[in-house]
Amino acid sequence: MSVTAFLTDSTLCIGCKACEVACKEWNQIPGDGFVWSGLSYDNTGGLGHATWRHVKFVENGATPGVGGNSPENFSWGFSSDVCKHCENAGCLEACPTGAIVRTEFGGVYIQPDVCNGCSYCVVACPFGVVDRDETDGRAFKCTFCYDRQKEGLAPACATACPTESIKFGKLDDLREAAHDRVEELTDAGFRDVQLYDPIDSSVGGIHAFFITRGDPRTYNLPPQPQVPTVYLRKGWISAAISSGLMIAAALVAFAGNRKS
Amino acid sequence: MSDTSKSGERHSHIDEAREARLLEIRRQAALARLASQPGDGADGDLVPHASPESGYYGRPLLKRPQWTNEIPLYFFCGGAAGAAAVIASAAKLAGTDPRLIRDARYLAAIGGAISPALLISDLGMPSRFLNMFRVVKFQSPMSVGSWTLLVFSGSAAAAAFLSAWQRQPRGIFKILQNAGEFISTIAGPVVSTYTGVLLGATAIPVWNQNLSVLPLHFATSGMAAAAALLELRGHDSRALNTVGIITALGETAIGASIEIRRSPVSKPITSGRIGWLARAAGILAGPVPLILRLLASGGNQSRNIKLRKIAAASAVAGSLASRLAWTRAGIGSAQDTALLLNASRQ
Repeated sequence: MSVTAFLTDSTLCIGCKACEVACKEWNQIPGDGFVWSGLSYDNTGGLGHATWRHVKFVENGATPGVGGNSPENFSWGFSSDVCKHCENAGCLEACPTGAIVRTEFGGVYIQPDVCNGCSYCVVACPFGVVDRDETDGRAFKCTFCYDRQKEGLAPACATACPTESIKFGKLDDLREAAHDRVEELTDAGFRDVQLYDPIDSSVGGIHAFFITRGDPRTYNLPPQPQVPTVYLRKGWISAAISSGLMIAAALVAFAGNRKS
Repeated sequence: MSDTSKSGERHSHIDEAREARLLEIRRQAALARLASQPGDGADGDLVPHASPESGYYGRPLLKRPQWTNEIPLYFFCGGAAGAAAVIASAAKLAGTDPRLIRDARYLAAIGGAISPALLISDLGMPSRFLNMFRVVKFQSPMSVGSWTLLVFSGSAAAAAFLSAWQRQPRGIFKILQNAGEFISTIAGPVVSTYTGVLLGATAIPVWNQNLSVLPLHFATSGMAAAAALLELRGHDSRALNTVGIITALGETAIGASIEIRRSPVSKPITSGRIGWLARAAGILAGPVPLILRLLASGGNQSRNIKLRKIAAASAVAGSLASRLAWTRAGIGSAQDTALLLNASRQ
C-alpha cells in the first residue's frame, strides 16, 4: 500500500471522454441531463455530483510550427479534470460528521453511508469539486476508485484512457515523471507546457496534477488555492472578542438599570 | 455604426431599413444572450473563448453554496437566542424586573429549540442529523457549532423550564437551574458568533475576506434582535434601550466600513440586488433605530414607547435581512471566476 496519484497529461489527451464514460459506468453515477452548453464540445460544463471526471475543451488560436497545426485551423487543448485529492483537504477538514476520510492510498473519500448532506464541504473546497446531489441529498465526488485500488487495480478512468493521458501510480514516481515529461516537451519545442502542482500553497500539494499547454488558469485551475482552515485562527479570535463584547455590552446596559 | 452610414452613402442600392433591421437583430441577440457566460454575447466573438483571464469559458471555479433559506433564518434565530441568554443573566445580576429575566430565558429556549429544527431541515438527509455528533472536530466550525448548539439548547431549555415550573426552586432543582443559566450564558455568545467563522472559514472570497467582521457583525446583530424582540414583547426597559443604542451604533459602524472598504472581492455584498438588500439591512439595523431611540428621549412618554417599538421592529428586520444578504452574497462570489484566477490574494 502506497500513496498514489493521477498525472493528467493534456498534451496526450484526444478529448474522447472515455474517462468520463468509464467513471460513470464503473461507479454507477446517474446521468447529468442533456443540455447544449454552446461551449465547444463540452456539454457537461464542470465536475459535479454526477461528474467525477470532466474533459475540458479549449479552442486556442492557430499555432503553426512544432506541436501546432496548419495556420487556418485552431488548435485544441483537452484536459481531463478530476478531484485533486489535496494533501490538506478543505472538504475533509470541514466535514462535521467525519464522513470524509483519508484513505490508505492518500485519497480523500466521502463515505456515502455517513454523509448527512450538510453541504459544508461544498463551500470548503478551493477547487469547486464537491457537490451536493439535491435529489439524493448527499455530497459526492471522485472516490479515487477506492474500491478498485483496494484490489490493486488502477482507477477506472486511468484504465480506460486510450492514450495514457491519465497516468496512475505512486505519488513520488509520478511527480518525478511529470517533471521529466515537462522537460522533454520543452526540449522538443513545446515552450508553453506547464505543470500544475500547487505544492507551495496552503493545500500542501495535490494527488492529481496536470500538464497543460499554456496557462493552467485557462482550465480553471486556480494559481493559489487556499485550504479554508488557514482562516480559522483569525475567525475564532474575532468570535472570542465579539463574545466578550456581547457580555460586556449587556453588563454595561443593565448596570445603569439596577434601581428598577 | 458610423461605417454603415458611410457605406450607405457610397452604395445607393443598400436598403437602409433592412440594414437597420439586421442591426436590431444583433442588438436583441446581444441583449437576450441565451448563452449567458461572459465572452459569448452576440456582440463579441463568434465563438466563446477560454483564457487565463476569464478562465474556462467563465464557468464558475467554485461550487455555489447549496444552503437553503433555513440557514440565514437559523443565523437569525440562533443569534438572537444566544444573545437572549446573555441578556437574561445580565438582568438577573442587576436584579431587574423578574418578568424581563423570565421572558429573556424563554426567548433563549425558544430560539434554541427552533434553531436545530431549521438546521436539520436544511440537511440533505435529515434522518442522519445525529451523525453531527459522531465526532468532535475543532478544525470544523460546523462541528464546533453543532456541539455548542446542542449544549446551548439543552441548558437554555432547562433554565427556562425550571423557572416556569417552580417559582422558588430548591435543592437539586436550584442547582440544575443555576447550571442551565450559567452554561447557556457561556454557550450563548458562541452560538451567536461562531456562524461568522462558519462563513469566514470557507473558500468563498466575499466570506473569507470579511472573516474578522462577520463574527462581530453577527454578535451585534444577535444582541440587537434579542433586545428588540423583548421590547416588542412589551418590556420598556432602559437597559434594553441602551442595548438598542449600542448595537445600532455598532451596526452603523460595520455597515459604513463595508461601504468604505469596497473592493472587487466585496462586490457581491455591495452591488446588485444583494448589495441593496445588505444596504437596506444596514440602514434598518443602524441609523434608523439609532435616530428613533434618540428622538424617544423627549417628553411624551407614550410617544417614546411607540418610537422605541418602531426602532425595535426595524432592528429585527435589519438583522434578518442582513443574514439573508450575507448568505446570498456567497452565491455571486463563488461564480466570480475571473477574480479567483487573477486577484493576488494573500
